[in-house]
Amino acid sequence: MNMLRRHWPWILAFVILLAIPFLFYDWSKGRHSGFVLTLMSEIGVMAIFALSYNMLMGQAGLLSFGHAVLLGMGAYCAAHVVLLVKAGTIWLPTELVPLAGGLGGLFFGFVFGWLVTKQRATAFAMITMGLGELVSAAALMFMGFFGGEGGIPVDRVMNTSLVGVSYSSPWQVYCLVLVWAFVAAVLMKLQTQTPLGSMANATRDNFERAQFVGYDPRMVRLYQFALSGFFAGIGGGLYVMIYEIVTFDTVSAAKSANALLAVYIGGAGGFFGPILGTIVVVLLQSGVSLLSNAWLLYVGILFIVMVMYAPGGLIGLLFMHMPIWRAGRMRELLLPYARAFPPALIVLLGFVFLVELTSFTTIGAAQGKKFSIGGNVIDTTAPMPWVIALAMLVLGALWLRREARGFRERWDDVMDGIKRQGAMS
Amino acid sequence: MEVFVVSLLNGLVYGMLLFMLASGLTLILSMMGVLNFAHASAYMLGAYFAYTISTYIGFWPALILAPLLCGLVGAAIEMFGLRRVHRNGHIAELLFTFGLALLIEKGVQMTWGLLPVPYRVPELLDFPLFSVYGTHFPAYRAFMLLISALMFGAIWLGLTRTRIGLVIQAALTHPDMASALGHNVPRIFTLVFAAGTALAGLAGVIGGNYQVTEPAMAFTMGPIVFVVVVFGGLGSLTGCFIASILMGLIQTFAVVFDVSLADLLAKFGFTVTSGTPFAEVLNVTLPRVGALLPFLMLVLILVFRPRGLMGTRDT
Amino acid sequence: MSGDITHVPAIELRDVCKRFGRTEIIRGVNLSIPRGERHAIIGPNGAGKTTLFNLISGRFPISSGSITVDGRSTADLAPQEINRLGLSRSFQITSIFPRMTVFENIRCGLLWSQGYRYSFWHLLGRQKALNEAADQLLERLKLSDRRNLQAGLLSYAEQRALEIGITIAGGAEIILLDEPTAGMSHSETDSAVALIRRVSEGKTLIMVEHDMSVVFGLADRITVLVYGEVIASDQPAAIRGNAAVQEAYLGTVAA
Repeated sequence: MNMLRRHWPWILAFVILLAIPFLFYDWSKGRHSGFVLTLMSEIGVMAIFALSYNMLMGQAGLLSFGHAVLLGMGAYCAAHVVLLVKAGTIWLPTELVPLAGGLGGLFFGFVFGWLVTKQRATAFAMITMGLGELVSAAALMFMGFFGGEGGIPVDRVMNTSLVGVSYSSPWQVYCLVLVWAFVAAVLMKLQTQTPLGSMANATRDNFERAQFVGYDPRMVRLYQFALSGFFAGIGGGLYVMIYEIVTFDTVSAAKSANALLAVYIGGAGGFFGPILGTIVVVLLQSGVSLLSNAWLLYVGILFIVMVMYAPGGLIGLLFMHMPIWRAGRMRELLLPYARAFPPALIVLLGFVFLVELTSFTTIGAAQGKKFSIGGNVIDTTAPMPWVIALAMLVLGALWLRREARGFRERWDDVMDGIKRQGAMS
Repeated sequence: MEVFVVSLLNGLVYGMLLFMLASGLTLILSMMGVLNFAHASAYMLGAYFAYTISTYIGFWPALILAPLLCGLVGAAIEMFGLRRVHRNGHIAELLFTFGLALLIEKGVQMTWGLLPVPYRVPELLDFPLFSVYGTHFPAYRAFMLLISALMFGAIWLGLTRTRIGLVIQAALTHPDMASALGHNVPRIFTLVFAAGTALAGLAGVIGGNYQVTEPAMAFTMGPIVFVVVVFGGLGSLTGCFIASILMGLIQTFAVVFDVSLADLLAKFGFTVTSGTPFAEVLNVTLPRVGALLPFLMLVLILVFRPRGLMGTRDT
Repeated sequence: MSGDITHVPAIELRDVCKRFGRTEIIRGVNLSIPRGERHAIIGPNGAGKTTLFNLISGRFPISSGSITVDGRSTADLAPQEINRLGLSRSFQITSIFPRMTVFENIRCGLLWSQGYRYSFWHLLGRQKALNEAADQLLERLKLSDRRNLQAGLLSYAEQRALEIGITIAGGAEIILLDEPTAGMSHSETDSAVALIRRVSEGKTLIMVEHDMSVVFGLADRITVLVYGEVIASDQPAAIRGNAAVQEAYLGTVAA
């Protein structure tokens, strides 16, 4: 009972995530939406990956450009384990395949970590980038372990389940992903409250001071890196279960960049920031890429805006409202928010319109696609759409600037008020 | 022998091209502490700008205009982007340029398409200058050498003979000292960033038609330039020069020699069969490893000698 | 044998030299500090006091000579290894963990000495003895009411106190404090001196300090460092009367 009271948000989240696929359940045919299940499984895997990335970036202040190496090596290890089980060489319950990936990630986390954790800050960023490029080049070169360009295909139906599930359907796989994602997330959350997790923060803040309280910052980085590899490897194992194939794509720089983008957009400061960021990035990736070629451009813009104006990420923006919420003065911000909304929307639409016009003129034309809104095909070579898009962007920006000034004044007022209240009480 | 001479010349051309890129990056990294991920993007922009300009008014105006445009872009990036991010520290600056590199790649894809553009060597220079042992050496490569040598001279003069050059030199080795000298540091930063970007743009103009002008060119060139900068050592343009030439030679020669470790072992009487342990590793030929070499060097240097060849401090 | 150990000095420097490039900052320093002594190092700016601290604590390697801590040479030891011998230091420029809470700062100072090492299986919230020790130390530092504040948000004097707290948390027998009262007001200095006196009870204390009232109030013995050389090392009264010191150092202060 006590557990229920303390951990209800986790349990609630689990139940909600278990229920969401049923919103898209096709009752007439009696089956789940494969797209939604794959999408949510992907979010689960990428969330673990992003959280493991944040063990480096948020907790230890280490900016890695090669984190996918750990995910990928975990995935390759898991794939080989699956092959061995299928061949009858070893026996392992299907449910523990992600753990095999995790152990693979842990092993390579130690090996690679031994090299890269000699450095920190900018040099760490460079050395992880070099390592990432090295491994992805090697993945194409060595057939034996990596399977070359074709990768390693596996069959996830192993018939070794502990609970008698075949894992032939996406729904069963989604349940496996969900359970493992929760286990991994809880463990990573707990890790932040251990001596190692605490000292990772300390070396991030001031590595020299950490030395003078008896810790070797390099060892702190190494253990943190290896553990992060363990969790990334679990993600890799789940990746194998979802897609039934591992290719060099899993160790690529693009995958590493994905984790970085998700963590930074969501916010590296709070534990849940990376999860939020992952949801945003994966939804943009899967949702927008159906309609547009430019999803990475949108993610990139979002990323730059975050770096420039909100280094705390989305979660940081939410936390900024906490004092106002607690003081019960959110109502006073409603009007300024409502006033800033229309110009913001116009700017956004104008920008998207402009990007899509450009994209359809070049890439779209090459692919033989037509730009259409609501069934009306738009001629991207005519000047009119461009003028409209530009006008929306420019006029909207001017309007937004005015509203933003008003918003800032209101915000400062409210914050001042809260501070004065705090000082008096 | 003939292979050797031709490869030497090609390696030199490639090395000089690398130096044009790496010199700007070394200046920016040493002075401002910014690991500029968008530096190779400026190289790509230079090539694309030159392509577009040359289709309208020809290659020679493009040779001047495209680098200037790149310089303007660089100045804008520094003034409106980096300066704002600066107070959040070097990591934030690095992230900013990383995002920028991403955007530029996407922007280029959207403006010029996903496929390579036909950016060609100008007709005036499209002839074999001389031939060694039957292999032609194109005049354009000699022209590239000439341009890069001129640039090298100009940088050298600028850094040693002008007042601002001396300040930059001082700031290279002692970045904290520059502001103490009472100079307008933000302006110098903007200048260095713009100049570095313009140089990268110039490298793009003359390198774009030597290699291929395509959206992926920044991401293939970027890491190699990082390697050169780290290899040469922070704060040392001379080290950067030597590293560029070495890297050019290494990459050119690696492509030429089609040997593997297995071949080497065969000379000593070991035969590698598919049953030999690590047979796969031993059978990889040098040209295939060539692409890997820069990254291997990057990792090894940062692990064992973070100071690089002639650096004044650790990376 | 055990009788001998008490005669081993806490810290001993023999002909210690430090060169940066061609400039020699420390030029053959000999110094022996017995256990339990409160020792102050004074000298004009640029005399090499902080450099000396950096050499003793292992932040920089020495160019020649030898340093022993409790009779053990520290030649090949990293800073953290010297720290584990029981030597702890503070910095001239405040050095804390700014993004962690005050309580966490102190707890980080305690972790190694309590044997937690790089553990990722202990939950800190459940380590009763550890947390109590941290809270007790906060009490002694008079920072209990700041317990859950981010350390970077503390006032300057509070941050200095916190740094002393981190320095002594691990129970080090030898404590090096680098200008602990620099930049403080009179009242702040007084409480800092009281704090230092309390926490260094029964321990070896070495401090660099510019404030002469603090130096003469606290120190059992004073070493005067000028241009990287020790020109005098004696009891406060003798230092006051030393002609060379007055000429090289105190004279300039009086003027």
